[in-house]
Amino acid sequence: MTGIENLFHGFQIAVTPFNLFVAVLGIMLGTIIGVLPGLGGANGVAILLPLTFTMPPTSAIILLTSLYWGALFGGAITSVLFNIPGEPWSVATTFDGYPLARQGLGGQALTAAFTSSFVGALFSIVLITFFAPLLAEVALKFGPPEFFAIQLLTFSSFIGLGGGNPLKSLVSIVLGFVLASVGLDIVTGQLRMTFGLVDLMKGFDFIVAVIGLFGIGEILLSVEEGLSFKGTPTGMNLRVVLDTWKVLPRYTRTFVRGAFIGFWMGFKPGGATPASFMSYAFAKRFSKHPERFGKGELEGVVAPETAAHAAGVAAMLPMITLGIPGSPTAAVMLGGLIIWGLQPGPLLFTEKPDFVWGLIASMYTGNLIGVLMVLAFVPFFAAILRIPFAILTPLIVVVCAIGSYAVHNSMIDIWYMLIFGVVGYVFKKLDYPLAPLVLALVLGDLAENALRQSLIMSQGSLAIFVSRPIAGAITAVAVFFFVLPVLTPWWRRLRGIAPPAPQQT
Amino acid sequence: MRAVDLATASLLILLGGVVVADSLRIGIGWGTDGPRSGFFPFWLGVIMILACAAICVQAWRRPTDKPFVTRERLDPVLKVLWPATLMVILITPLGLYVASALYVAFYMRWVGRHGWPAIALCAIGIPLLVFVVFETWFLVPMPKGPLEAWLGY
Repeated sequence: MTGIENLFHGFQIAVTPFNLFVAVLGIMLGTIIGVLPGLGGANGVAILLPLTFTMPPTSAIILLTSLYWGALFGGAITSVLFNIPGEPWSVATTFDGYPLARQGLGGQALTAAFTSSFVGALFSIVLITFFAPLLAEVALKFGPPEFFAIQLLTFSSFIGLGGGNPLKSLVSIVLGFVLASVGLDIVTGQLRMTFGLVDLMKGFDFIVAVIGLFGIGEILLSVEEGLSFKGTPTGMNLRVVLDTWKVLPRYTRTFVRGAFIGFWMGFKPGGATPASFMSYAFAKRFSKHPERFGKGELEGVVAPETAAHAAGVAAMLPMITLGIPGSPTAAVMLGGLIIWGLQPGPLLFTEKPDFVWGLIASMYTGNLIGVLMVLAFVPFFAAILRIPFAILTPLIVVVCAIGSYAVHNSMIDIWYMLIFGVVGYVFKKLDYPLAPLVLALVLGDLAENALRQSLIMSQGSLAIFVSRPIAGAITAVAVFFFVLPVLTPWWRRLRGIAPPAPQQT
Repeated sequence: MRAVDLATASLLILLGGVVVADSLRIGIGWGTDGPRSGFFPFWLGVIMILACAAICVQAWRRPTDKPFVTRERLDPVLKVLWPATLMVILITPLGLYVASALYVAFYMRWVGRHGWPAIALCAIGIPLLVFVVFETWFLVPMPKGPLEAWLGY
C-alpha cells in the first residue's frame, strides 16, 4: 500500500508548526471572506495569491486551500443566520437553516451544517486519496487529443448541466477563450487582437478577471439589492453542539446519499450547486415527514451542506490529476501552481510528490481544524456582518484593487478590474454564467495548444478526436452534453404523451 | 431587461466581428507547421456571432418584461462606482494608500453618514493595516505617492 505510505509522508509535511499556522490563518481569513458579501472563495483566493509568491509552494497551496474550506464554512453561517446565501450552493441551506434560526434553533442548524460539511468533505478527501493517484497514472498516457476532449467535456457540462440559458453559457465560454487569446501567441510568436496597443500585448490576467467579475460585480449587485442584514442570534454553545451531535446519527442515510451525490457531481465543473439541490430534493423525497421541509427540518440542512462540501472538495480532483480545474476557485489555485513554477497535470504525482501529498494531507487537517474553529468562533464571524455596510463596501473595493494591482504590479489591471466588475454586474443580471468565462480564460492557452497539437498530429483532420478510443469516448460524452439542452424539451414532450416513465433515481 | 439583453448581445456580436476580422488578418488556414494563429480565434468569433444572434432572437420574442434596473436601485450602484473610479484615477498621483484613505472617508461620510471619529479611524486604519501586511510582511509593493516619499518609503 504505497498510497498509505505517501499519505503518511504527506502528513509529515502538513503537520509542521508553520503549515498548521498557515492552515489556521487561511481558515480564519476564508471564513471571514465567506461571510462578507461580495467576497467568495474564488476572489478571496485570487486576492491573497500575490501574498504567496514568496512562500514555499506547499505552504502556499495549504494557505489557499484552507481559505477555500473557510469560505465554504462561512457561506453556511450567512445562509443560516442571515438568510443570505454567500455562494450559489448555499441557497438550498437557507430553505431550512433560516427557519430553524428564526425558531431559536440557530445553534443546532449551524452545528448540523458544519458537521455535515465536514462529513461531506471527508468523504471526498478519502476518495481523492485513493483515486487521484490512479487517475493521474491513467492521465499520464493522455496525449493532446485526450486533453482537448477533456476540455470539451469540461465546457460541455456547463452547457448541458449548468441550467440556465445554454446559449448564454456558450457565449460566456467563448468570451473567456477570446480574452485568453489576446496578446502574444506563444506558438507562432504573432500578436493577436492587440491593435497596436502595448497594454493589450500582455493579455488579460484571469486573476484580475476573477476579482472584478466576482468581487466588484457582486458588491454592485448587493448594493443594488439594498444590503440589510437582519441577523438572528447564533445561540451556540458546547451543550447545543453536543446535543445536536447526538441527534445527527439519525440522518446517516442522508449523509451517505449527499456525499455520493456531491462527489459524483462535484468533480465535473459547476457541480456543487446542482449537487446541493439534488441532495435536498432526495432527502425530502425519502423523508417520512416531507411536509416539514422548508419549515425548519434539520435534515434539510444536512443534505445540501454534505453534498455542497463533498462537491467543493471533489472539484480539486481534476485540478491535481489532470491540470483542469473543476471550479473557479480551483482555477485560481491552478494559476497559482503555474506562478509557483509547478506544471499542473498528472506529472505532479511523480515529480512533486511532496507537494501533492502535502496538499492531500492538508485537506484532512484543514477541514478538521476548520470545523473546530467555526464551531468555536461562530459568534465572532457572525458579528462581522454587523459592521455597517458603508464601511464594508469601500473596504472590499480597496481590497479588490490591491489584489488586482499586486498580480503584476500594473495600474492597468485595476482599470480592468473595474471594467470586469461592471461586466460581471450586467452579466449576472442577464443570466450569463460567470464561472465558465473564468475557466475558459484560465484554460484558453492549454485548450488551444491541445487543439493545435492534435490537428498537427492528424494533419488537420478533426477525426482524431473520435478515432482514438479514450478521446473518442470522452468526446462522445461531451457532444451528448452539448446537445442535451436541445434534447431535453423534445424528450419532455415525448414523455408528456407517453405514460409516465418510472422515476429515475 | 430586453433592451439591455439586446444591447449586450449586439455588443458581443460586434466583438465577435472584430475577432473574426483580426483572425482573418493573421491567417486562419494551415501554415507551414500547423494551424495558423488566427485559426482558433476565428472559430470562436464565428460561434460568438451565431450564439449572440440566437440570443437576440430569443430576447426579441420574449413578451413580458421587467426593467433591467430602476432609477432608485441604480443609484447606490453608481454611488459605489464613480467614487471607485475617482480613487483609481487618484492612485497614480497620490499612491494607493492615500487614495484609498480618501475613498473610504468619502464613502463613509457621503453614504453612511458616519461621525468623523469613526471615519478617521477607518480611513487611516485600513490603509495602515494594508501597508503593514503587504509592504512589510509579504514584501508586495503598492503604488506610492508624495506622502510615502516624505515619510521615507
